[in-house]
Amino acid sequence: MKSFTLFNPKSLGDAVGALAAPTSSVKVLAGGQDLLTEMKEHLVEPDKLVNLKGVPGLDRIEFTAAGACTIGALVTVGALEEHAGVRERLRVLAEAAGSVGSPQIRSVGTVGGNLCQRPRCWYYRSEHAKCLKKGGDECFSFSGQNKYNAILGGGPSYIVHPSDLAPALVALGATVTLKCSTGERQVALERFFTLPGEGDIRRETVLRDDEVLTHVHVPAPAAGMQSTYVKFRERGSYDFALASVALALWRDGARVKEARVVLGGVAPIPWRAKAAEAALAGAAFEAATFARAADGAVQGAEGFGQNDYKIPLTKGLVQRALQSCG
Amino acid sequence: MRVLHLLINGDRVTVAAPEHWTLLEVLRYELGLTGSKQGCDKGDCGACTVLVDGKPVLACLTLAALCEERAVTTIEGLLPAHVKSGGSGPDPVQAAFDECGALQCGFCQPGMMLSARALLDRNACPTRTEIQDALAGNLCRCTGYTQIVEAVELAVAKHCGVAPRRPGSARPRGRSRPPPRRA
Ligand SMILES: Cc1cc2nc3c(=O)[nH]c(=O)nc-3n(C[C@@H](O)[C@@H](O)[C@H](O)COP(=O)(O)OP(=O)(O)OC[C@H]3O[C@@H](n4cnc5c(N)ncnc54)[C@H](O)[C@@H]3O)c2cc1C
Ligand code: FES
Ligand code: FES
Repeated sequence: MKSFTLFNPKSLGDAVGALAAPTSSVKVLAGGQDLLTEMKEHLVEPDKLVNLKGVPGLDRIEFTAAGACTIGALVTVGALEEHAGVRERLRVLAEAAGSVGSPQIRSVGTVGGNLCQRPRCWYYRSEHAKCLKKGGDECFSFSGQNKYNAILGGGPSYIVHPSDLAPALVALGATVTLKCSTGERQVALERFFTLPGEGDIRRETVLRDDEVLTHVHVPAPAAGMQSTYVKFRERGSYDFALASVALALWRDGARVKEARVVLGGVAPIPWRAKAAEAALAGAAFEAATFARAADGAVQGAEGFGQNDYKIPLTKGLVQRALQSCG
Repeated sequence: MRVLHLLINGDRVTVAAPEHWTLLEVLRYELGLTGSKQGCDKGDCGACTVLVDGKPVLACLTLAALCEERAVTTIEGLLPAHVKSGGSGPDPVQAAFDECGALQCGFCQPGMMLSARALLDRNACPTRTEIQDALAGNLCRCTGYTQIVEAVELAVAKHCGVAPRRPGSARPRGRSRPPPRRA
């Protein structure tokens, strides 16, 4: 790992100030559970790290009386998983947090870092492969080893977004606050993530280098929400998702009123499965509907051989998520 | 270089190390505490697990410069801490690993025992599933995990005063964690 200077701002203002006019390469450091792995592989070599851990006020989870929830960017994934209010009211988020990495990763990794983490595609992670994401001109997964790559929304790069919190938070309709030295903006989390074909191919989000993600806001869910996060991993102990489903569901007796279905591990962004949601809205809560929703979830999906299995896997997970709400 | 004031296994130590060094590098290469193992050096194996303020963390993904003012426990500190708190001999987790032969090459063992210690400090009588979840980030390439889980169960049984399960009855780890029960 290349050496750097470590800056420990004591206020958010100082933190964004340090990002304002980068004279050298500067990176934000939260729990470091992703950033240090990137630095060790020489994928990023910042001259300066701005350590957010000393910035007060970013490590709280707060519910309003109406049930809206604000989560500070420095809340650890483990604290999110264990928070009684989150477990009770935002089940999909607690389950997603509990599925992240190992206990060691969860005790240090933060919510902000989880949303801003970089892809896990092994071509991207190898310092020897100059892929599209690193300024090269090819996504090697297309003709190479693509077992873990995208079946939806890919091209020209086929990474999958590795975050487990992102699909859950998109299903909950979350927004994020992004702050820079001159102001702040609110962005719907669904708009925060960008497809390789639409934004800067070297990034996965709209976050600018001079910005810090300070908070995640989850609006109060409409009454009666059922929700769950179903994740399938290659190893039982801990692993990234081969595919996952974040489901938020509202029922009216035997019918589905509304549903949000967001897929993880299968696309370069948390993938909102709108055709699945349409198949569910107003339909009877029964197996035939689940099957139609599963078909809808993989509408347009395409594998290139080694990742073909993700199509039936995703369909199975969508049905499993729905069944578990029975 | 940076001068660091650390609190390692209850001892205050002052050490100079390069700014970008991880806690693992400082422990092993400045302080000679080589019980914390450098396996993958990128978060995958858990062999470098230490406790920071009682929580299991990966020393390979922790900057030493950010550990000032925090209590670090390494495997070298378990026995002294146990003796200091009135016990005799090794920590009960260490004794149970010994009794169960819960190792082959031993490379994973310090990290395993620290993850187990962190669990027992917060939950003295965990279930088998809770033990398996707490050890999920510690990979062992030798044992198949059975004796490791049994060792933690033995430590639990002794502490909670119940009979340990029959040896050999631990299922191999690797089934997925059951989802938390729905509210
Ligand atoms: C072995 C291993 C297994 C893992 N398994 C999983 C898994 O199953 N699921 C999963 O979702 N993740 C997994 N992860 C990724 C893990 O790093 C994240 O889950 C963790 O939450 C990252 O948070 P952090 O605070 O450590 O981020 P950092 O490493 O500190 O930061 C990550 C990136 O985000 C940027 N950043 C961080 N915070 C902010 C902020 N507030 N504003 C702007 N930019 C910011 C940093 O500059 C950096 O680029 C795993 C990681 C490892 C090493
Ligand atoms: S050496 Fe730290 S996790 Fe492998
Ligand atoms: S005993 Fe060899 S790695 Fe566990």
